Amino acid sequence: MKHDTITKATQTVSGTVHTNRHHDSAEKHVTGRAEYCDDIGEPQGTLHAYLGVSSVAHGLIKSMDLSAVLAAPGVVGVLTADDIPGENDISPTGLKDEPVFPTEKTEFHGQPLFAVVAESRNAARRAAELAKIDYEVLLHALDPLEAQEAGHPFVTAPLKLERGEIEQGFSVADHWIKGQIKIGGQDHMYLEGQIAFAIPGEDDDVVVHCSTQHPSEAQHMVAHVLGVPSNAVTVNVRRMGGGFGGKESQMNLFAAVAAVAAKKWNCPVKIRPDRDQDMTATGKRHDFVVDYNVAFDECGRIQAVDGVFAARCGYSADLSGPVTDRALLHADNAYFYPHVRLRSRPMKTNTVSNTAFRGFGGPQGVVAAERMIEEIAYALGKDPLEVRKANFYGVAGDGRTLTPYHQEVEDNILPRLISELEETAEYQARRNAILAFNKASKVIKKGIALTPVKFGISFTATWYNQAGALIHIYNDGSIHLNHGGTEMGQGLNTKVAQVVADALQVDFERIKITKTTTEKVPNTSATAASSGTDLNGMAALDAAEQLKARLTDFAAEHWSVDPETVTFRNNMVQVGQDVVSFSDLVRKAYMARVHLSAAGFYKTPKIHWDRAAGKGRPFYYYAYGASCSEVSIDTLTGEYRVERADILHDVGRSLNPVLDKGQVEGAFIQGMGWLTTEELWWDKAGRLRTHAPSTYKIPLASDRPRVFNVNLADWSENRELTIKRSKAVGEPPFMLGVSVFEALSMAVASVADYRECPRLDAPATPERVLLAVERLKAGG
Amino acid sequence: MNHRTEIRFLLNGRNVAVKDVEADATLLDFLRLDRRLMGTKEGCAEGDCGACTVLVGRLQYGQLIYETVNACIRFMASLDGCHVVTIEHLRGENGQLHPIQQAMVNCHGSQCGFCTPGFVMSLYALWMANPEPTETEVETAIQGNLCRCTGYQPIIAAAMAANRYGTPANDFLTKEREAITNRLTALRDGHRVVCGPKDNQAIVPSSVDDLADVLAEFPQATLVAGSTDVGLWVTKFMRPIGPAVFIAHLEELKAITSTESGLEIGAGVTYTEAQASICEAFPHLEAYWDRIAGQQVRNMGTIGGNIANGSPIGDTPPVLIALEAQITLREGSVIRRLPLEDFFIEYGKQDRAPCEFVESISIPRTSPNQRHGAYKISKRRDEDISSGAAGFNVTVEYGIITAAILAFGGMAGTPKRAAAAEAALTGQPWGQAAFTAAGKALETDFQPLSDWRASAEYRITVARNLLQRFFLAHDDQSADATDLLSA
Repeated sequence: MKHDTITKATQTVSGTVHTNRHHDSAEKHVTGRAEYCDDIGEPQGTLHAYLGVSSVAHGLIKSMDLSAVLAAPGVVGVLTADDIPGENDISPTGLKDEPVFPTEKTEFHGQPLFAVVAESRNAARRAAELAKIDYEVLLHALDPLEAQEAGHPFVTAPLKLERGEIEQGFSVADHWIKGQIKIGGQDHMYLEGQIAFAIPGEDDDVVVHCSTQHPSEAQHMVAHVLGVPSNAVTVNVRRMGGGFGGKESQMNLFAAVAAVAAKKWNCPVKIRPDRDQDMTATGKRHDFVVDYNVAFDECGRIQAVDGVFAARCGYSADLSGPVTDRALLHADNAYFYPHVRLRSRPMKTNTVSNTAFRGFGGPQGVVAAERMIEEIAYALGKDPLEVRKANFYGVAGDGRTLTPYHQEVEDNILPRLISELEETAEYQARRNAILAFNKASKVIKKGIALTPVKFGISFTATWYNQAGALIHIYNDGSIHLNHGGTEMGQGLNTKVAQVVADALQVDFERIKITKTTTEKVPNTSATAASSGTDLNGMAALDAAEQLKARLTDFAAEHWSVDPETVTFRNNMVQVGQDVVSFSDLVRKAYMARVHLSAAGFYKTPKIHWDRAAGKGRPFYYYAYGASCSEVSIDTLTGEYRVERADILHDVGRSLNPVLDKGQVEGAFIQGMGWLTTEELWWDKAGRLRTHAPSTYKIPLASDRPRVFNVNLADWSENRELTIKRSKAVGEPPFMLGVSVFEALSMAVASVADYRECPRLDAPATPERVLLAVERLKAGG
Repeated sequence: MNHRTEIRFLLNGRNVAVKDVEADATLLDFLRLDRRLMGTKEGCAEGDCGACTVLVGRLQYGQLIYETVNACIRFMASLDGCHVVTIEHLRGENGQLHPIQQAMVNCHGSQCGFCTPGFVMSLYALWMANPEPTETEVETAIQGNLCRCTGYQPIIAAAMAANRYGTPANDFLTKEREAITNRLTALRDGHRVVCGPKDNQAIVPSSVDDLADVLAEFPQATLVAGSTDVGLWVTKFMRPIGPAVFIAHLEELKAITSTESGLEIGAGVTYTEAQASICEAFPHLEAYWDRIAGQQVRNMGTIGGNIANGSPIGDTPPVLIALEAQITLREGSVIRRLPLEDFFIEYGKQDRAPCEFVESISIPRTSPNQRHGAYKISKRRDEDISSGAAGFNVTVEYGIITAAILAFGGMAGTPKRAAAAEAALTGQPWGQAAFTAAGKALETDFQPLSDWRASAEYRITVARNLLQRFFLAHDDQSADATDLLSA
């Protein structure tokens, strides 16, 4: 695969839509000049906060003696729950189950209990260790199974999806299999950790620079904790050093602490946890234990599915409601279940409250679906791909298009996508070669798997599917673009600017991309659910179209021509017989007192969702993809290597193919990491022991497939009226990594001649692979 | 005494002299907090993500050598006489981007951009040494750099394309090589450096003899060589290390002497410096060596430090014990030698007196009737701490195993030989039966721990299987000896 594509505009205007263009900050990234929150110049007198945390997983706080903390060198003061002027709550759900600092009870090991504020970060960090806290230790439960046994409550209302007659489905079944899979969580391991930097202003005002995917929520949360109206709080973010969902709600704590301290001492206050604290005190991807019961016929066609999805939600709800919902909404992956019942069990555990992470529960649902496919394949002695094909959603009219949540699948392109990938990846020939190889090879075994993804696009919280943008055209013709989305590396700003360049037919370079700020676009949604470009691109297009209409009307009037004759092209505007440069037209418009600023808005059409009934159309459309991975495992050590991966992914009509491809590749590797080497490990006391890159292993360059062929399905076009018919790309390709997991499973299964589904749990660390090999060799 | 009280080095284009350098002051904090050079990022502060990668140039035997290091765990005091090059200093010709930077832009090698300066520095060092690298060489050069966004493919592509955008011959550091050498030479005044407050003092001895004097004066001092472990005592555990004595620059500890009887390696030799000699003398260590940490840590960490810190999961002790290595300890002018395996007494306890330091490691030549193996098991192939490691040395004469050394890491509180398994092999004919028996005997030798790296069950199973792997690799009858990750 060639990456060294020379960026070249194929059209007259540079950087328009459907062209390759490098990330707008690329030159700043490579020179170290891209500014992140911690790089912002600190005004004199800036103070630094650091969190003091709990050292038990569950306990009553009997006393908290902070005198040694206060006496430590450089310490200015401490912040406890008593210092919070507004409400001691940062729950994004409004369930009021997540205090800034708890007062009576700590509910996980590493829970922030207070903050220390000092003249330097080093002083604050050292002082935070000196607290003497007395606990009455209570029993704790760390994982969903322990929590169920201990009778822990749900952190949020569970969901049930049901369609058909589940009892009848099983009663007439030819075969059925009952099983369980444990699916591990995942730390975001964004390279830039959490950070907030608050600068107090006059009255109640405070400006907070924060690494956040959700500036509006940070703003509202800070206001709520300070007890001031939202209009007193401004939240800014120019860019994040990675987010992946970890900064959708988890920044709230840091923003709140920095702001409270800044107002209390009337000084700028920065808070930046170290990596250990970042990983122990902020939420992660949910671990799941899925109990499944699947009925199927001789051909491997599924007749009924009954699934229970228990999740490690942590001590509070955070986003666990929509995350566990989305797990159920993707527990069908790409397959039609004639009779189905899916139930979530969002368990309260004494661990950090789990949160959003790329895919948002969807990947766990997909893994469960693929496990059922695997079970069927091994039970019937079939190629899992054959079973997959037998179960794909159908086409309108064949009675196989209805999801467990009663949405019709109208845009299924998987049959074509899968057959193309099957051919280019030479799946059948390679599978046969691998079967032959495994017969001959004693120690090294291979596996191959081709797995699909179907991912629903839209926030299930319907009101989140709205966005705003603000465009100013200055009288020199330069353009200032702002929208509610945040840049975390995905290239959102680049794509939105391309939309504006295309709409106004001006060069990309004319458009200034600016930081996201709650001052310019209010009430924004999180840049999450892969929705960034879909929503903000449309809002920016709306703003650009308004400006274009005003300029068109002005030109028509000024030159006394029909507005129909005014066209924007190549930095110029054709007005009747005249041609004028865009800048000249702008200047003339300004002189004629035309309003050169516009706010755009967008809301996604067609969607609705009745959660109580488990029915509706939660998704505007689906994005599809498939990947084929080949692995080798070492049956003596359990170590493995991904030999080759082929990907074909659907992004509709791509706004920027090279950026989309970057998302697909990165997501695949991240998904692979989740299911292979990324293991979260808590000790019995409830301490997370894998809390830094030394102990938590995300993929390195040498872990990527030895051969990696990544392609976009360039023939695909969104059937819905999305921005330029493109499709969302952030999350869907994450689940392409599932093919690595399935390929590992096949390699393990080979040691028992594929008679048995190896039932690997995730992540399939070398240890899990080896122990599964030993188990299968020993006869199950 | 005429001690110098400031640390002097070159920072990008400038000479800097920093007074009152404390023992635990890090380069990263100096760059970001003191100099506001914000291009170098903190990702983990433990030397595992590479976001803080900078180049450090140093004179060794008169040669100017540039290497990547992790600024987060590099102490300021260790930079005396060095040239620190940060991302801000990189530039191409005529005000353009540097070839590495241009390649990264054109290949779409950045997404969020936070890891990018570190990658650029690692690729820069690679390109200077090896402008047309293979994919594997690129992977090795960026073992110590994490990227969470791209999946690495575009970064690899950039590394391989870089030479099309400019060659090292035209690079600014190449052109300034002589001038920098002169400037660094001028910084060498032969003085001991002593600076910082009493309770956090940094001491940089001027020679090994001076080191012996310093240790006599400060018997409780922390000895800091590569700081890849001590760095974390500070950044992770906030442990005081003062007074600390910095020894990485001592050329006398950097000698590698190859004789007929063996290889003698100074305790200050880094993994990178030792690589060529070690792998030439002991070819079975070639694949193993690349799996020790990442490039930056191999450039900093020393074999002496890996031994002296006594960790049960250090990478080098098991394979060096298997090679019957001996270490030399020195106290003042008194020198003693002992087999490496005897140095490790129990967890956290080594046979080293407070004033002693490890001076060198000697490894005897192997003999043709010895069969060797070196294995590392970790969750991730590269840049991971082992869940288990093993060095095997089995002597076979006329088909009979006459001696066996089976040394393991990660199986006990120290790097440890498997006495029962060795006994099970010794005197037996080379064959499956002996190795099966030895595998069983491992359960007598070891009761390993379960932790986040591996369970006891996995550790014991994999240890047994490594014996089998070794048997297959050396058995003429076996056609199935592939070691997947070393291939």
